[in-house]
Amino acid sequence: MSRRTYSTLAVAAEIAVPVAILLLWQAWTVHADSQYFPRLSTILVEFKDMWLFSQFHEHVVPSLVRILLGFGIAAVLGIALGIPLGLSRWGRLLAMPHIEFWRNMPPPALLPISVLLLHSIGDVQKVAFIAFFCLFPVLLNTIDGVRGIDPTLVDTARSYGLGRLARIRRIVLPGAAPQISAGMRTSLSLAVIIMVVAEYFSSTNGVGYVLLISKNTFEFAPMWAAIVLIGLLGYLLNLLFILAEKRFLAWHRGWRAATGS
Amino acid sequence: MTTVASEAPTRERVRLGGLAQFAAFTISIAVALLIWQLVVRTGLISEQDLPAMTTTVKKLWSLMHTSDFWIAFLQTVRGWALGLLLATALAVPIGIFLGSNEFAGRAFRVPIEFLRPIPSAALIPVLFLTLGTTLKSEVFLATFGAFWPLLIQTIYGVRDVDPLAVDTGRSFGLGRFERLYRITLPSAVPYIMTGLRISSQVSLILAFTAELFMGVPGLGQEVNYASSFGLTVDLYAYALATGILGVAIHLFMSALERRVLRWHPSQRAGTT
Repeated sequence: MSRRTYSTLAVAAEIAVPVAILLLWQAWTVHADSQYFPRLSTILVEFKDMWLFSQFHEHVVPSLVRILLGFGIAAVLGIALGIPLGLSRWGRLLAMPHIEFWRNMPPPALLPISVLLLHSIGDVQKVAFIAFFCLFPVLLNTIDGVRGIDPTLVDTARSYGLGRLARIRRIVLPGAAPQISAGMRTSLSLAVIIMVVAEYFSSTNGVGYVLLISKNTFEFAPMWAAIVLIGLLGYLLNLLFILAEKRFLAWHRGWRAATGS
Repeated sequence: MTTVASEAPTRERVRLGGLAQFAAFTISIAVALLIWQLVVRTGLISEQDLPAMTTTVKKLWSLMHTSDFWIAFLQTVRGWALGLLLATALAVPIGIFLGSNEFAGRAFRVPIEFLRPIPSAALIPVLFLTLGTTLKSEVFLATFGAFWPLLIQTIYGVRDVDPLAVDTGRSFGLGRFERLYRITLPSAVPYIMTGLRISSQVSLILAFTAELFMGVPGLGQEVNYASSFGLTVDLYAYALATGILGVAIHLFMSALERRVLRWHPSQRAGTT
């Protein structure tokens, strides 16, 4: 088999396999005829009816706002805390026990506590909850990224008379950027999961709320439409982030290609 | 002689560092607990919202003398372990296959890329209504969540094998399975161990989530009870226990990783 035939076949498989999976799903749901697993075609029609765009504003927008706000706060805080901690050994020694504890805490364990402490099941509690747990991937990656910077670079900058802030802005932040970005990507996926869990626990609107209501009323088509939407949301946010990363870290990739490292 | 002379100060510094680390660790935790106690005792946060540290720790201590606590604790551990084991049994072979077979890897790339970021928590209502409040629901959810990170890591690990090593193996007459067993697997193991560490955390989170939302017995269900009946002190005590379990599992998995990888250059002493 020539290389050309092979790559044509591979591309064909890349298209055929997902299509086959969807067809199998449809065939199976038609065959099973179960109320729990409505036909894929029914789910898609429901999806169109609900999310394009009659309930989009009512339920999807609040969820998106919570994800993005929570994620944004986590990213800013994570970088702002991670840089000093990455630079200071004592800071790390003192902070690590707490970081290790909270980052290994299963987030749902704090859901009732967050409602209790913040006296809210609305945006304040959702955003704070998402921000808190999305903080750790950014924070830990920032610390690692800062620690991984070649000390000679920082020393050189110092001997050229760059002040502390200039060193952070020109050497530390760009040097740690790829790893900070990796942490942010993890946090973004995490934000979607935590949004779902937090809304499913207690809320008055949002995609997780739709999931909860359709469970309580045994309506399977809207439930599956919500699941498909959450999947799409996770996928698209991840995709957007990768595109943004490619754009903002282009200098870094170019540099890596040029030096062959 | 020179080696001894040069090693001595290093060892001393390490020991001093260890002592300083221990002191920093203890002080840091003591200060945090003290702050917790103070914000409640000074009334900064009402005791109805946040019980004092001493009250919570006392509650946890008395819970730890009941068998109900340990049953719930072990039920959560069971959900975590079964989820992680099943995910490993599925993800590692599939990952090896997709990683070593380029054609299969490409054919399944899109479905995997699409399924991977789907939050498994979205499946809770479906599981609740189909499998019900059973261990099956919990294990299914934990397995589903833990499967993806491990699968991706295994695929990456297998792809990262040095082709020269594989070719050398081939020219030494090693068969397909022997190459897999002696070359591909050992070099993918560090990736697989990283995947296991991530998957272990995911498995615990989802086991707990299943208990919290579906009423499967375990720590999650206890948290749900305490929250529904307004037993604030119990709620905090169980959350604290859950956090401690999370840290314990993390330490266990890190120790396992070090042990499994002790032959690997990244774990050998003195290669930093």
